[in-house]
Amino acid sequence: MSSTTAETGARTTGSFGGMQARSEAAINTISRISIRNLDFYYGDLKALKGVSLELPDRQVTGMIGPSGCGKSTLLRVLNRMYSLYPGQRAEGEVIMDGRNIIAPDVDLNELRAKVGMVFQKPTPFPMTIYENIAFGVRLHERLSKAQMDERVEWALSRAAIWDEVKDRLQRSALGLSGGQQQRLCIARTIAVRPEVILFDEPTSALDPISTLKIEELIDELKRDFTICIVTHNMQQAARCADQVAFFYLGELVEVAPAAQLFTAPREQRTQEYITGRFG
Amino acid sequence: MSAAATALAPAKDLTVARALGRRRRRTDAAIRWLCIAATLVGLFFLASILVTLLWRGLPMLDWLTLTTEFQPTRYGDETLPRGGLSHAIVGSLMQVGLATLIGTPIGLLVGTYLAEYARDSAFGSAVRFVSDVLLSAPSILIGLFIYQLVVLPMGGFSGLAGALALAIIVIPVVVRTTEDMLQLIPNTLREAVIALGAPKWKMILLVCYRAALSGIITGVLLAVARIAGETAPLLLTSFGNNVMSTDLGRAMASLPIAIYQQANSGFPDLIQIAWTGALLVTLGVLAINIAARILLRRRH
Repeated sequence: MSSTTAETGARTTGSFGGMQARSEAAINTISRISIRNLDFYYGDLKALKGVSLELPDRQVTGMIGPSGCGKSTLLRVLNRMYSLYPGQRAEGEVIMDGRNIIAPDVDLNELRAKVGMVFQKPTPFPMTIYENIAFGVRLHERLSKAQMDERVEWALSRAAIWDEVKDRLQRSALGLSGGQQQRLCIARTIAVRPEVILFDEPTSALDPISTLKIEELIDELKRDFTICIVTHNMQQAARCADQVAFFYLGELVEVAPAAQLFTAPREQRTQEYITGRFG
Repeated sequence: MSAAATALAPAKDLTVARALGRRRRRTDAAIRWLCIAATLVGLFFLASILVTLLWRGLPMLDWLTLTTEFQPTRYGDETLPRGGLSHAIVGSLMQVGLATLIGTPIGLLVGTYLAEYARDSAFGSAVRFVSDVLLSAPSILIGLFIYQLVVLPMGGFSGLAGALALAIIVIPVVVRTTEDMLQLIPNTLREAVIALGAPKWKMILLVCYRAALSGIITGVLLAVARIAGETAPLLLTSFGNNVMSTDLGRAMASLPIAIYQQANSGFPDLIQIAWTGALLVTLGVLAINIAARILLRRRH
């Protein structure tokens, strides 16, 4: 696989043959979420400055950059998590299904059913494994016991944890290991059947084996879900993401297919960051 | 790297370092012994209270005491029937139970409001301040308050008034523990619930309460332990009663007041029963505290 393929692609269609693991992946041109000229404020502090970014349908977008660069902030705009906190506000457009999701009249619960989120630290609820999964489903659907059983099994299987927990569904989720808890949280998120899943540094609290499992899972999940992952780990971004966005000081510096961003970045700042000069 | 930064630091003066180390060790030892001495003083008084209570209270702690009402003194005539504390036990259970039933939901809701809705608001700070003042208010004042508000308009002392006075003591205790326990819940757990598309009330009811449950129950138990021994607010509200009464509209007996009255009677046999009552209250509070500790430990 040569980088010339990628460069040719860049000039012509915006679709790329990536390198190594990403070789089969082409950046989808159908956009699931369009972010247009987005500003974000924590009180008076402007944390995002004019960010425009397309999240391609059923692809993984990785967001990298040093701490405080705004990548997590952007993630929390996509499911309106920031609306929990007075004093935080977004301006601009984030278009999903033809609607601006940062408009004040958006039904937040409905939006969050479509845009799920997995957090940095595993957040199992203090209830049984089964109830953890059923909890989110019950918020949005009325299912019979049999249908719910089926959904729970489906979600846990998709999150690659079914075999480990199928014999103890009625036990507390707090007894699982960190890596299992994180996959449980992923299962809980996909059980609601969202369209987009946001991952906020999902492996930074996990050991390498668990990290590998989660990364494999993300790769598997993108067949059905549009995925956006914030990570501090550039290898992880290179392994998981189809396109990578580099943020610095609240600005989107560069967005490109993973192979290109890590081998031939256009911007000086990207180059310096990925080679470890700062951040 | 400049040459100055890489140059060796001047050699340490070891005699000074050793002298400093000796001084630190001496201070450490002195403080440690002071702490141990203070602990021993505290434990001595606690142990002496417990031993005295057991010594004086145990001889009369029998079935008869638990199941018989008050009887006048048998002093000088051992053929008279012996009395007990059943009227006070029943009265205490009723008033403490009712007070807990009234005070817990109010305290729970206020604590929830402070932790989940008004964490940074000025009104929330005011409520928190008032609740903390109430927490340390002299309990006789709470008795006076209910005396004015309930006893006078109702035209007499009543078990209901006693329960209301105790409920007012329960509220700030439950407010504080509920708020503290809810604040211990990491915000990421709340965000995880919200991220699934849950409304805030479901987040509180189905997840936060469950996460804080044992802590909140512990708070309620500690409140129960606190009011079980309260005397002053009951003097002005339920007053005390020498006969068994389960009528909340009339004066009602309670263990602390029975202890107070019989200990003041001057008759040795009644004073004996007062000791047994004191032992009963202490054992009850002890049991509640142990239950609270077990619950808290199970949480971790």
